[in-house]
Amino acid sequence: MKDEVIRRFTRTVPEWRPRVVPVKLAEATQDQLDALQVTPSNTKVSDYVLVLAHDVETLKVRSPLFNAIMYGQGGLSRAERELGALAASVVNHCIYCAAVHADRHAQLSKDTAVTDKLFTMGEKADLEPRDRAILDFGMKLARTPQQATATDVAALREAGLDEGEILDLVLSSALFGWANRLMHILGDPVRKTG
Amino acid sequence: MSLTTSVTAAAAIAPGSTVEAEILKRRDIFEKTQAAEDAVLSPADPGGLTRDLRHALAARIAALHGEHAEATRYAAGVSDEVFAALARPGVASGDPRVAAMLVFTDAVSTNPRDMVAGDVAALQGAGISDADIVRLAELNAFLAYQLRLIAGLRLMAEGA
Repeated sequence: MKDEVIRRFTRTVPEWRPRVVPVKLAEATQDQLDALQVTPSNTKVSDYVLVLAHDVETLKVRSPLFNAIMYGQGGLSRAERELGALAASVVNHCIYCAAVHADRHAQLSKDTAVTDKLFTMGEKADLEPRDRAILDFGMKLARTPQQATATDVAALREAGLDEGEILDLVLSSALFGWANRLMHILGDPVRKTG
Repeated sequence: MSLTTSVTAAAAIAPGSTVEAEILKRRDIFEKTQAAEDAVLSPADPGGLTRDLRHALAARIAALHGEHAEATRYAAGVSDEVFAALARPGVASGDPRVAAMLVFTDAVSTNPRDMVAGDVAALQGAGISDADIVRLAELNAFLAYQLRLIAGLRLMAEGA
């Protein structure tokens, strides 16, 4: 049988196949339905969110926190927050997360060159200095927090990031330290069927 | 600072600093981060992961990240000395269920990129329910976020 699991970085968003059994909507508790925001008119919930519904108390906090970090007003641009997310996703080899956020980065920045280079040349991709500084810092923080140093933060300031933007980068890279550990560990990215 | 959370305390954010001002602009993010800590460490429904075990695992994860003050803070939440020992990386458990969770936790902290389906199957093979596997993954994943946020904030505060 042909292996359908995707092992290379891509901007084409795969399907996600869980390694544990997701919560069944028909058997969900009221608490779970509330966290899933299921209403009679909205019954579409992804397998990923149904898996996370097993820990409903965490899911309830996680979704609004995720949105605040990635979409909150001010600070780092949306596209550069996606770079922070990508830095972690490349380090942690989360193919699914990398695809979703490379696709968003390409749409937001109207440019596919940065993510093309990142996926083909990896961590040594030649990028313009601001993107380079963002990725270097995001990757170090993702790999081993102690690897990031004051020199890396100084490089961000030199590349033009202000303190608010640096904080948003810390948050987006760190957030994907969380998201990657769920998506990459609890399931497989597989080729879309049908 | 008018906002005190585990993360801001651990990074020793100075009152009146630029970093503090940026944190306060993002108050909701820091409040929700604290709420997430409470949800993974002391949930109303702990499932098969007791409060003691959760705190011991959090302390172990912090130690694996080289965040020893955080390890001590989390270890203080462990009352049973059988679990207290597990807070130290390298210590195994005689209980096969707990032993499997320790192996999984060590891998999530140190080498998440190489984890495979077999790592989840090993937990299932040790008799751990899928719901508890998700709870364990969330605990590990949240700690990875929190410890990185602390490290990043500390760097910002140092260089300011």
